[in-house]
Amino acid sequence: MIPAGPSPALDGDTLIPAPRRGLPSPTMQHPSSERSSPSRPAKVFEAIARNEPHVTETHLSLQGDDAVLEVEQFQLHYGAMQALHNISMRIPRGKVTALIGPSGCGKSTLLRSVNRMNDLIDNVRIGGSMRLNGDPIYAPGVDVIELRKRIGMVFQKPNPFPMSIFENVIYSLRIDGESDKRVLAQTCEESLRAAGLWEEVKDRLQDSALRLSGGQQQRLCIARAIAAEPEVLLLDEPCSALDPIATGRIEDLIEELKGEYSILMVTHNMQQASRTSDCTAFMYLGRLIEYGPTDDIFLQPHLRETEDYVTGRFG
Amino acid sequence: MTELEFDPKPRVAQPTASPARSVRRRDKRRATSLFAHGEPMVWLTGGALGLALAMISTLLFVVISRGLPTFWPQPVVEIATHDGQRFAGEVALSESFVIGPEALAALPADAAARARAALETSGGEIDRRMLRSGNYDLTGTHFRWVSDFEVAAESTPEWMLCVERLEWGRFYGVPTALEFDGRRSEGPSAQLWAEFESAHAQTRATWSERRSIEEHDIGRLAKAKEEARLAVRSAELEYGLQSPQRAAAEREATALSAELDEEMRALGERIEELKALNAGRRLLVRTADGAQATLPLEQVVRAYPANQLSAFDKLAVYASRVEEFLLDSPRESNSEGGVFPAIFGTVLMTLIMSVLVVPFGVLAALYLREYARPGPLVSAVRIAINNLAGVPSIVFGVFGVGFFCYTVGGGIDTWLFPERLPSPTFGTGGLLWASLTLALLTLPVVIVPTEEALAAVPRSMREGSYACGATKWQTIWRIVLPRAMPGIMTGAILALARGAGEVAPLMLVGASKLAEELPIDGAFPYLHPERSFMHLGFHIYDLGFQSQNSEAAKPMVYTTTLLLIALVVVLNVVAIWIRARLRRRFQGAQL
Repeated sequence: MIPAGPSPALDGDTLIPAPRRGLPSPTMQHPSSERSSPSRPAKVFEAIARNEPHVTETHLSLQGDDAVLEVEQFQLHYGAMQALHNISMRIPRGKVTALIGPSGCGKSTLLRSVNRMNDLIDNVRIGGSMRLNGDPIYAPGVDVIELRKRIGMVFQKPNPFPMSIFENVIYSLRIDGESDKRVLAQTCEESLRAAGLWEEVKDRLQDSALRLSGGQQQRLCIARAIAAEPEVLLLDEPCSALDPIATGRIEDLIEELKGEYSILMVTHNMQQASRTSDCTAFMYLGRLIEYGPTDDIFLQPHLRETEDYVTGRFG
Repeated sequence: MTELEFDPKPRVAQPTASPARSVRRRDKRRATSLFAHGEPMVWLTGGALGLALAMISTLLFVVISRGLPTFWPQPVVEIATHDGQRFAGEVALSESFVIGPEALAALPADAAARARAALETSGGEIDRRMLRSGNYDLTGTHFRWVSDFEVAAESTPEWMLCVERLEWGRFYGVPTALEFDGRRSEGPSAQLWAEFESAHAQTRATWSERRSIEEHDIGRLAKAKEEARLAVRSAELEYGLQSPQRAAAEREATALSAELDEEMRALGERIEELKALNAGRRLLVRTADGAQATLPLEQVVRAYPANQLSAFDKLAVYASRVEEFLLDSPRESNSEGGVFPAIFGTVLMTLIMSVLVVPFGVLAALYLREYARPGPLVSAVRIAINNLAGVPSIVFGVFGVGFFCYTVGGGIDTWLFPERLPSPTFGTGGLLWASLTLALLTLPVVIVPTEEALAAVPRSMREGSYACGATKWQTIWRIVLPRAMPGIMTGAILALARGAGEVAPLMLVGASKLAEELPIDGAFPYLHPERSFMHLGFHIYDLGFQSQNSEAAKPMVYTTTLLLIALVVVLNVVAIWIRARLRRRFQGAQL
């Protein structure tokens, strides 16, 4: 649920009684387009182009939340190219946080920095820090393998492993050496139920996972991610390779997982971000431009650029 | 917006450009050219494939058409020539040839006259046939040519027998009498034949018993004796010539030896008994030229009245010969009998080679693809591996004999089998060294497809595994290898085909013309990797080029080739079947 109250950064005379979710309808004028004075002039992109340091516009309503993941002054270079610039954000516990922004803005890079998937690429340098429930992610001596076990990740394209459905779900337990059949079977059933796939596959758990449909495969990947009981669940555009019906099911699933899991999700789909997330972060050219409750970002963004992006005027 | 500024220009440019283009098109008024459609390319590519298929099918056709009829019984022709010779045999070959004037002049006057007459009627060429006339022990030749103009009379005598013998090849003749256990019968041929069939079965049973004693029991005793001798030698090497241990071993060996000699004498008596029993069992035969010959029944492998066989009888003879070919040992310096030891050796060597090369190659490919940091060194290694596939196989043979046999094998001998020296155990060509040499030879064939299969495993799958907290090795073991397994099997199949057909290195590292013992038998440790073995490929070479009776061996060359091809096909089909199963297991419909 979104933290209560309008953002203190805005004056209260909003024209719109803030619908719970959804994009502003075409007939409904966006507040800031009418308001003469957004909190800051719409010159952020020019400032970025001039290479001036950028300060994220973080809505105050997010400050008090209990954070599962804290990102502080995080930077990332691919060789000479800087992909992320001084990103600071706190991902609230038990909520869905969406990362939006045009292609190449660093959303996926940020997401993959959380479980250190970028370690697999040569020539990556990072700066700043990230903390998962207070434990540093980037510190000398951190066991990356153990760290990744605390973080679940679902990728853009469904990537079930070439093995049975059952083995797919309990993969993280298998690599931990768990061999108690009861534990495995129970975990498998619970995870598949949580991913809403149990009823469809319970009679063919030994079939190859590659024979499932794309949407089923993606839910299987979610089941696989939550079987390890992760502290954070990272979703990297989980619906971009799926048809609308499968997408709807995944979105429903995200809605159900909310509360129990803290989810950080990259999406290109504005409707999806506004429908499923509690908080939204808008990124551009490796900077975190604006970060706030989803309703505020979509209905009363503080920055002109954010408004232009979420209303589809650019990007 | 910048697009708006650039937009009008193409619109302005288009009207000026497009009429020119359309004018040009209208002028030509032609369909797209043939070459643009690519139809000649279809012919070219299709033609190339067709040519390849034609060559392969020609090869197969030759091998099959010559290999399959080898065992089919032919009628026996008896020929009387104008110069008074008579002989019988199966027609092995017939051809036309041009006779030169010198050759004609060398002929006796009446023969030359007949030859000229034949030349006139047939337009310059003379037909001649090659007869497999057999009776080598009497005539000193297996084959003889006969030109048609020499033939005075030709017949197919009803009771002309074709007799296959253990020694001296085939015999052609008409039975005149049968001696069996002191009884001599000289009845009409039909009755004689009936008697022969039952007598022959009995004689062969006796013979088999004798063979079994000679091969197994005597062999076992000799081996036990040899082991006792080796024990003495071993004690001598370890404790010294005067040591009490040696004396003890010596005493044991002497006692054992006495026991064994006793057993041996008993067996020898039995053998003599059986020999005596068979000695009086003989078939008396008259050849085409009237000579009398005596064939000991136990020497007769198979006999049949060639000119009165029904199709069914012929089929029975054929089946019996195929059975002998597949299940028996060779005789008559490999040109007759079976090739069972060669089949056995080929299959066993290929399997051991696969078991050695596949894991080895997969490990090498894994390091190269998964762990090694890409760079000039890795590229150089990869190129070197590819080039290894182009090294002549005989070079591998030389390496095998120098390194495996002499260095490694010699080392093993001095370390483990010093009592047997100077006769080598591992220090000479053998099954293990041949398998290792071929494993080395086929290594690139495994590494290259395996590397490709590893590279083809989607990155997303690996990332999914890493994201679950798997280590690199866990990812490789649980995700990458299973997914790459069909590709690895492809490498294994290629290696199998390559290894099964390779001959040259085997000649150096362990294939032999005739191996007394199979590499697997009932004696501990059951598999004897140090023994030399027979191989179908080497067998073909030996038959075709080293045989004394090369004309008789020629059909066997084709038949053996056919068998080798069939064997490789069978091995491949099994491997492909396994691969298909793996594919079904690891890949879904959409991948």
